[in-house]
Amino acid sequence: MMRAFFRVAWIVVKKDLTVEVRSLEILSTTIFFAVTVVLMFSFGLVVDGRPLNDVAAAILWVAIAFSGTLALGRTFERERHNDTLRALLLAPADRPALYVGKLAGILLLLALVQVVLVPLVGLLFGAPIFDHGVHLLALLAGGTLGFTAVGTLFAAMLVRARSRDVLLPIMLYPMTVPVMIAGVRGTAALFQPTPNLEATQFWIALLVFFDVVFVTLALWTFDPVMTD
Amino acid sequence: MLALAAGMFALAPFMINAAPNEATMGLVYKIYFFHMPSAWMFMVAAITAGIASARFLFLKRPSADGWALAAGELAVVFGAFTLVTGPLWARKAWGVWWVWDARLTSSLMLFMIFVAYLLLRKYGGPGSDKLGAGMALFGMANVPFIYVSVNYWRTFHPLTSVVPTLPVEMGIPLWYCVTAFTLLFIVLLRMRTRLEHQRARVEALYLLEDES
Repeated sequence: MMRAFFRVAWIVVKKDLTVEVRSLEILSTTIFFAVTVVLMFSFGLVVDGRPLNDVAAAILWVAIAFSGTLALGRTFERERHNDTLRALLLAPADRPALYVGKLAGILLLLALVQVVLVPLVGLLFGAPIFDHGVHLLALLAGGTLGFTAVGTLFAAMLVRARSRDVLLPIMLYPMTVPVMIAGVRGTAALFQPTPNLEATQFWIALLVFFDVVFVTLALWTFDPVMTD
Repeated sequence: MLALAAGMFALAPFMINAAPNEATMGLVYKIYFFHMPSAWMFMVAAITAGIASARFLFLKRPSADGWALAAGELAVVFGAFTLVTGPLWARKAWGVWWVWDARLTSSLMLFMIFVAYLLLRKYGGPGSDKLGAGMALFGMANVPFIYVSVNYWRTFHPLTSVVPTLPVEMGIPLWYCVTAFTLLFIVLLRMRTRLEHQRARVEALYLLEDES
């Protein structure tokens, strides 16, 4: 039972990766988009050649949210194109397994984006990204998982909806406010001259809790929501 | 019931007028008599929408969708009322229109979630009832997270514990207003739900006629 579940999820991931590796379309455009976002915000938030307080953390997380939305939208647009999502849903497989597969694929994509994004922010703003690497990694993983868990469900629901491009961020951003606050505050606490590890740990705990609740809820609602 | 609610609202200004002025804030605090009840109804509407959506999604009750939509609309109405009366008071009491306080921010975020819900219902096209239900359910589950995160972020709203400590002359009009708002909420919810159910029936009848 469990093995079948993960086998289905793995097949979905493999399918998405194969499509992506052949074109690199979503990965390359999303990375470049993230870099552009960082630069756009820098022009607004760097005054007299100096960044404002905590600006590195804020820009990092805004860039993650924006590029995450883009990746989610593009991934499901691909599924919509030839109505392949319907084919997936018709397959004799657990619906939640399909969700997990899609989620894992997008997480992998965003992880690759962050491999470029985080060092870029560290470089441009002199942020100490390696001093407490484990903490930063936990924040990034927890935040991205929470954001993507909600986002994958919403993007999948919106495949058949009209004006889905604008509805996805409208629905997703208010819903993931806790992730943004936790991510930004946790990262800002790490980037201080003397890092406040206690605060960071609180935010990591909040993110873990958020992830558990929303992944469970998403697994639970994916089936009824995707049924016609 | 509609008449009763209307009557209570007609009387409310007199009740509020009769309440004594508060020592430091004087007359301004009286907006609280409308602010707090609408904030409560905002919460009640949000919870109603969440529960109705869960019933629609998991128990497949078609009628629950009408309740969810009606409650979602009321959440936006009462939320807007709360968010307008709050800053009016804050301008006088704190000297600014808006502060990034835990309650204010989380109310605003909840309001945004329900505006997004209504946008989705209106422009989502076919199937948006299910999408909306999923979203309302997530929104309800999100409330504690928003609250905790924003709370840890910053706080300076008057505490809830102020209510039981109010003197009687202020307490009576306050509870009177709470009752009036609750009645208004129930009346509007029932009317809007009936409208929605009838709209669904008319639609079903049209579909039936098209088939025959």
